[in-house]
This record gives sequence, structure tokens and C-alpha cells, in this order.
Amino acid sequence: MSADAVTRRAVLKSLTIGAVAGSAMRVIPLDAAEAAHEMILAEKDKAGAYAPKLFDAADYKTLQTLCETIIPADADSGGAIEAGAPEFIDLLTSENDEYQKTLGGGVKWLDATCKTRYGKAYLECAQGQQKEILDLIAFRKNAETDESLASAVEFFTLLRNMTADGFFTSRIGIKYLGYKGNTFLTHFDGCPAVEGV
Amino acid sequence: MLQVGPARKIYDVCIVGSGAGGGTAAKVLTEGGLNVVMLEAGPRLDPDKDFKEHMWPYQLPHRGVGVGGRQRGIGDEFMAKNGFWEIDGEPYTTAPGSGFRWFRSRIEGGRTNHWGRIALRFGPADFRSRSTDGMGDDWPISYEELAPYYDKVESYIGVFGSKENVPNSPDGIFQPPPKPRCTETLVKKACDQLHITCIPSRMAILTKALNGRDACHYCAQCGRGCRSASNFSSSQVMIPPAAATGRLTMIANAMAREIVVGKDGKAEAVSYVDKTTKTEQRVYAKAVVVAASACETARLLLNSKSASFPNGIANGSGVVGRYLTDSVGSDLVGHFPQLEKMPAHNHDGVGGMHLYMPWWRFGQKNEFLRGYHIEFGGGRNMPGVGEFDYVCETQEGYGAALKQKCRSVYGTFIGFSGRGEMIPNENCFCELDPEVKDKWGIPVLRFHWKWGENELKMADDMQQTFRQIIEAAGGTVLVGARRHSKPSGDVQQQSNSISTGGAIIHELGTVRMGSDPKTSVLNGHCQAHEVKNLFVADAAPFVTNPDKNPTLTIMALAWRTSEYLLDQAKKMEV
Repeated sequence: MSADAVTRRAVLKSLTIGAVAGSAMRVIPLDAAEAAHEMILAEKDKAGAYAPKLFDAADYKTLQTLCETIIPADADSGGAIEAGAPEFIDLLTSENDEYQKTLGGGVKWLDATCKTRYGKAYLECAQGQQKEILDLIAFRKNAETDESLASAVEFFTLLRNMTADGFFTSRIGIKYLGYKGNTFLTHFDGCPAVEGV
Repeated sequence: MLQVGPARKIYDVCIVGSGAGGGTAAKVLTEGGLNVVMLEAGPRLDPDKDFKEHMWPYQLPHRGVGVGGRQRGIGDEFMAKNGFWEIDGEPYTTAPGSGFRWFRSRIEGGRTNHWGRIALRFGPADFRSRSTDGMGDDWPISYEELAPYYDKVESYIGVFGSKENVPNSPDGIFQPPPKPRCTETLVKKACDQLHITCIPSRMAILTKALNGRDACHYCAQCGRGCRSASNFSSSQVMIPPAAATGRLTMIANAMAREIVVGKDGKAEAVSYVDKTTKTEQRVYAKAVVVAASACETARLLLNSKSASFPNGIANGSGVVGRYLTDSVGSDLVGHFPQLEKMPAHNHDGVGGMHLYMPWWRFGQKNEFLRGYHIEFGGGRNMPGVGEFDYVCETQEGYGAALKQKCRSVYGTFIGFSGRGEMIPNENCFCELDPEVKDKWGIPVLRFHWKWGENELKMADDMQQTFRQIIEAAGGTVLVGARRHSKPSGDVQQQSNSISTGGAIIHELGTVRMGSDPKTSVLNGHCQAHEVKNLFVADAAPFVTNPDKNPTLTIMALAWRTSEYLLDQAKKMEV
């Protein structure tokens, strides 16, 4: 926390003053919000694994694997699963007919196509086979040469967007990007001086 | 048998609407000693419950975009539930071929809860357009007459800015502006080369404590609502002092249906639907101030039909609903790879831009009349859903390369938005739909819309300017510029660069002022020519819609109107 950031003590103090001075000075302590979030996470761990609202167990497992393949863990951060992207995608998809058609249909298409091509569902395929099929549907130009791939490309496009959304709006995703804000500052420093910029 | 009820309560003034204009009127009138009843079509605002200030996206299961991912942009989950493009059971319609969108609020404070806080004074020339270039009409008042009220509003609500002497963009009473962000420094350098004026913006956000409100703490989340009231909203800055007088009665969830005319031809009451009990109610007052937002105000007047006013109260001229304008809007996004070299740092600042470009070609011979200003923003903001759609679309693929690409380009995009003056034309107006009513049985508005040639030329000029700035700053223009909204159905897009009517949320002019009762509804005090105890205090009275956001002028005008009303009340004229 930089020297300019308002300390937790100051925030709590201003909260106390606020109780006297009325709503004008009330602020929400960021630490308190974080603490609440931690409690929710702990509750969730206690309750065990997330129960998908839309996808069945097998499809959800495929979804999770695809998410992690799109945004994998690396030396700098965890991946899409740790970020909660599959839960986010399942929740939104359970509430949105268009997403259901595209994502629900896409996962089924993937397994069916893998069975035809390799004799196995996607998750049972060898790494090379998984890469081969994903490389087909991860680029728009493939649908231009082979129209039968159009809906699968559309599926992967939506899944990629939603996985990025789920990852980069998560705690670990935001940290990975290096976003430094959402703080209480007493003054704003402007742009730091950097040589050559 | 005849029932004798309790004596009818008669307030001094009934104000319809609690936004920028209604809030200002409530403060000035109650502090001046009048008893005021205020009707608000939505609920009371509770900052502790309604504001999501400082929440992270991961603290919401939908990460901010709501059920099914459908709440994006204005109206997302982070904003207090106070503004809507669509309201269940309260539709509006558009005439065939007309594209128009109408953003409405139903909550205490109205659209001041979500507005961009850009607080620009209109300039002297903006009040005398016809005298300047022969188009449109002059206001019945001058800049000099309104200037003291701009002073009062700025001194009371707090606006930061700097003294610049830009022609026709008057300086105000300013708190110090915040320092520019990296993105802003970069763009300013390019503007300096291009001789485009780029100066500190003027925003209703406190950089110093004022009247018991804390200074900004620089979290960039003004749009979510601010618990410390460091930015301006009517609900937190105008309503509390009015309530503190003990002379304000606020009736929430009260949808005004009609202004009732008495035997003397004056307004004597406002009838409304109590949404909570679903009953018809009526409040009586000696004067009525309508501040429901320009189009709702026109709708209420049009729906107030009586034997004296068959076309709606105060509408003998037939002008109510006419002269509807919105700002000309156009957007373009640039990518600036040199920003990748910036180390991670706190880029938040206030909720909005620290610099902007006022109209810099005032008085020059241009391809079009009037002018526009440029707003811009981008950089290392709090990541949100949709942040990397563009990267996903252009990079494609998956895996480590995609993940790294997102990180490297994060914070390197800057969006530019032009906001320009539209000249009123006969194709743009609202009227009552002859068929459609809302769920309360109140006839709804039907919009007619067509941009004029001048606006189309202006939007093209905005695009050219954005390109020049982006290129001069060492960036590249993003293909597929961000759009406000696409018209649907049978609506022909008039050009690729201009916004849909209404989309900029600066719709106004529908109950305009003027000195001639044949061509205007209100006189120079925003008092109806035909009904002396009826006033309008939002942006409906505006005669022009210059390239300065309307809210500050709504408040200055409402303040002036309210002082006039107070004076008239003292003289027993109203």
C-alpha cells in the first residue's frame, strides 16, 4: 500500500466520525468488504464443490478443461478454474437462452465430433488430438474454408470471451494485470515519470 | 349524506421530479420559507444499500453484468439501480423510420445519480444563436443574466477546473483540478502539436472538502454513487438541505399523471399514481414546478388536458414536445502501444476525465455551424466484463499467448467521444402516442427523429479529428469503433459515425422559453405564458443545446426560476 493510501485505521476513524456527522462522511471500509468476501469464499469451500446450475457433470468437466486451456495457469498466476471462470459461465448461461444454444450446443458438438474423428469424447482424447480439434475451431478463417465449422467457431469465440471475462474480473486476474486502484487516496499523483515514455 | 372531510392541505409549491432541477428548486424554495411537496416517480435513495462503491467485480456472482449477462454499460450492476433504457410496463414508442432511445431514472435524485458530472457553462453565443448564424432561435435571457446563478451553483456544489479564457466556454468558480493521468498527458501532447485546445476538465467532483462533504478519494467510481458525497448528486447535495428546513414533504413512488387546472385557469393540484398502493392521489399547491426531465415534462403537460387547455396545459402554441434535440455523438478508440511501457500504477483518479478539449474553432469558418467538445478516457481502469473482447477477437487462439497478450495491451486503449450541438429541426419531436398507454393508464410518448445535414457533417468532422489526434499521439485507430447503440428494425442508420438520437442522454428543448407566446411555452423566467403559477425547471425550457452538457445550466436556470418564484410568492403574484 503506497504512502498516499488512506490507512485502514483512517478509514475506520472516518466511519466513526461519519456516525456522528451524518451520511455525508460515511465511507465503506475496503478491508471490511474484503473480509466479507473471504468469509463467503470460506463458506463455499466448506460446502464443497460448486454445483453447476446448467451443465451436467460430464459437460461441466469439459467446460472447466476448456476454460483452463484458454487461460492456463503459469508462473505468474493461476488459471481460469482458480479464477472461478467456469462458475461464472455456468451461471450466466443458465439464465440466457442464446448462451445455452451456443455453449451448451458447442460442448455437445465437441464430444460428438471427437467421437467421430478419434473414437473418444474430448476429455479422453490424447493431447495432440485435443489440440488438433481446438486449433480448428479457435480461428475464424477455418470457418471461411469449411462452412460446417461455423457454429463451432462461434461457440469457441463466445467461450473465449467469457473465459477472459471470468478470469480478468477475478481477484487473481486483476492482480495478474497489475491494476492498482480501488483505494482511498488523499491526493492523486498523476502519471509517474518514466524514461522514454 | 354529505361527508365533511378534514381541511384540504395546500402546499405553497408542488415540484414534480427530484433530479438536478427539482432538487435545486426544492433547496432554494424551502430555504426561502415555502412549504414544498415533491413527487418522485421512484423510491428514496439509500446510499448504504444502493451504492456498490469500492466493490470488486468478483464480489458479485455476475461480475457486474447482471442476470444472463444482460446489464452492460450504463445500468450495469455496479450502478445504483436508478437508470434504465427500458422500464417494465412504462414503454415509449418511435414513429416509423425514427431511431430514438430514452434513458430514464426512477429514483430520488433522478439522473444526477449516474451522470458524468461534466459541469460546463454555456457561453454567451449559445444564448443568441439566431443573431450569430441565423439558425435556430435566441434565448429570451442572456449569458450575463444567468452568470450569477452559475456562480451560486458552482460555489455550492463544487466544481473543479481552471481559468483558461477559451472563447465561448466561460470559466467558472473552480476548485483545483486533479493532475492528468498518463493517457491524458499523451493525448495533450498530440493536441498541442495539432493546436487543439486541451485543458483540465470541469467536473462536479470535490478536490477540496466543501459544506461538510469530504474531498474525493480518487477511486474513479463516481458512476456507482459516492457514499461520502464527494461528487454531486441531487439526492445527496440538494435534497438534504431542503429536508433540513422541515418544509419539504417528499412523496416517493409517485408517478404524476396530470396537472389539474382550477376554475381560475391556474394549476391547482397534481394528480398522481401512488405506485406502492396503486391508488390515485392528488396534492394541492399554489404553484407547480415541473422538473421531470425534458420529455417526461412535455408528456405531463400534454396529458394535462382540460376545457381551457384541450391540447395540454399551457400548450396553446402547440409547441410542447417540439424542438427536441440531443447532442451529436461520435466515438473512436485508439490503441497506443507505447503505454505498454508504463509500470503498474494507480490510474484511477476521479470518476471521469481530468482533461478535455473544449470547442477550439469557435468563430472560425468551418464546414458546419456551431461546435463540439471532445471527451476521452481509457488506460489502466478496473478491469470489467468485456475488457478483452477486442483482444480475443483479433488475437484469437487460446492459451499462454492469449493470456499474455491481454496483459500486455491492458491499459493501452483510449476512447474519444465528441459531443456537439444539434440545431432543432421540424423532424425531431415527441407527442402522445394515440394508442399506447403505460401500466398506469397514462398515454406514452412517441418520438420522431432525423438528424440534419449539419449534424452529419459535424460527426464526420469528429471522426477526422479523432484520427488526427490518435495518429499524432503515435497510436492506431481501432477497426470497428465503439458505438453507442445500433438502431433496430426499419430504422436506416443515417451515417456510420453519428449516434442514435437520445443515446447521449442530453435530450431537451421540448417546453421551450421565448418572448413570443406563439412560438414558445415559457417566458424568460421559465414561467408558462398561459398559466402564471406553472414553472418548468429541467432542460425542457432550453432554446439551444450547445456542446456543453446540460446539467449545470439546468441547475443555474432552476435556481434563477426559484428565486423569481420566491419573489412572486412574496408579492402574492403567483
